[in-house]
Amino acid sequence: MKKLINTADSVVEDALNGMAAAHPSLRVRDRVVYRAEGPRPGKVGLVSGGGSGHEPLHAGFVGHGMLDAACPGEVFTSPVPDQIIEATKGVDGGAGVLHIVKNYTGDVLNFEMAAELVEGVEVASVLVDDDVAVQDSLYTAGRRGTGATLFVEKMAGALAEEGAPLARVAAVAAEVDERSRSFGIALSSCTTPAAGKPTFDLPETDVELGIGIHGEPGRARVPMVSARELAGVAMEAIHGDLPLTGDLLVMVNGMGGTPLMELYVVFAEVAAFVKGKGARVSRSLVGNYVTSLEMQGFSVTVCRLDDALTRWWDAPVETPGLRWGR
Amino acid sequence: MMEAELFVAWFEEAARQVRDNRDRLTRLDAAIGDADHGTNIDRGLTEVLKELAESAPRSPGEVLTTAGATLIRRVGGASGPLYGSLFRQMGKTLESPVTLARFAGAFEEGVVAVERLGKATMGDKTMVDALIPASRALALAVRDGVDVRRALDQAARAAAEGAKTTIPLQARKGRASYLGERSIGHEDPGAASAALFMAALAAVAT
Repeated sequence: MKKLINTADSVVEDALNGMAAAHPSLRVRDRVVYRAEGPRPGKVGLVSGGGSGHEPLHAGFVGHGMLDAACPGEVFTSPVPDQIIEATKGVDGGAGVLHIVKNYTGDVLNFEMAAELVEGVEVASVLVDDDVAVQDSLYTAGRRGTGATLFVEKMAGALAEEGAPLARVAAVAAEVDERSRSFGIALSSCTTPAAGKPTFDLPETDVELGIGIHGEPGRARVPMVSARELAGVAMEAIHGDLPLTGDLLVMVNGMGGTPLMELYVVFAEVAAFVKGKGARVSRSLVGNYVTSLEMQGFSVTVCRLDDALTRWWDAPVETPGLRWGR
Repeated sequence: MMEAELFVAWFEEAARQVRDNRDRLTRLDAAIGDADHGTNIDRGLTEVLKELAESAPRSPGEVLTTAGATLIRRVGGASGPLYGSLFRQMGKTLESPVTLARFAGAFEEGVVAVERLGKATMGDKTMVDALIPASRALALAVRDGVDVRRALDQAARAAAEGAKTTIPLQARKGRASYLGERSIGHEDPGAASAALFMAALAAVAT
């Protein structure tokens, strides 16, 4: 497959150079993306990270109102402890640092090692595990962290800007995760630069249900049907796990290769589903935010809001990937 | 006796075998994971060889801890910390001069470190399914008093057989576990690479 790269080995480095060149608000050093202005004394620092290939997650969410630093790993590979340690030290304004970790074995291991090794900084961590496609049981690695990561970074980020202490920021981050659920569907696989060919073969006639964000196959493969029916599958799975009531924040997220037009087609169906359950779409987001390279498909993430969460969602944010109210 | 040079040669041979099998490992990972296992281990071992050349560790223990720390620092993913912990713990435990019995003991400690970090046990469809049989084969070889070369051959064979036993298993750890029953019928890429490591050690022991 054709790729806009120089070499497969340098793709992460080259993309980070581009981010640094495009966004003076960011500073990139040793594979860590920081806010250019550095830590603010007394503010809890927010650090996240994970494999590359999910852009704008995470580096695109570094800036006022969200993250203080992001640690990008190789494509679909978690970052290493050294990066996370440097980021943690680099963003500490004396109030401690929250690690926002998506629940994948690699991410968890590397963040755990970093938290153990970092000295002189108080560290708390929150695990994001919102994907209802995975059964949370002793027989799996637990639910994956997917779209809710953006919600956690946004709302915990807003709270941190208000000057809340680490324990409170960590508690709210965990609450956002608990109130959020996601489900993803792929129309195509994706191609990592190193592999050069699709991770799995998906015939033109089929879709994969319950995919994650790494081009890994999902729980089941079924014949392609209409957007209405696919949105229904995703929403039934979410509603079956966390009944939809009250005010909701709803994101229809593209996996990287689906036109915005189609995402809006999906959103209309999602909104109708929500209405049918007597709940309300109070806030929404439609676009490519937590992607899998050029995969075609979408995920839906729903968060049950309350007044405080709504306020933190609405709070000003200024990052390359998300920007409003400032 | 097993000298430091043997352990350096182990990583050189492992790097060669992983490179030869890079596409196979990546293919196995594409079936039930995210298609980067071959690439990541290859990249990690390249860094290990560079680090071993630069720091020139003298004892077998130092070679292993250097390799382990490099894998933890450079690879990322789950395999970096897991293989890193295997070799680092092995290195920390291994006393010189290295006898087969000492090596078998240190190897077992390394495997325990992997089990603890990954919270995996036999049958979860992970690298542990290759490492534990290898460790048992080493312990048996020590008990039976066989020579180093044969002991490492037996360990390599046990690891390879262990990797094959993962094919009918349903994954309970790592990314493959997300597939549920669909993970059945595929060899675990971590177990496959663990078998390559053991084959590499057997190949350099003379």
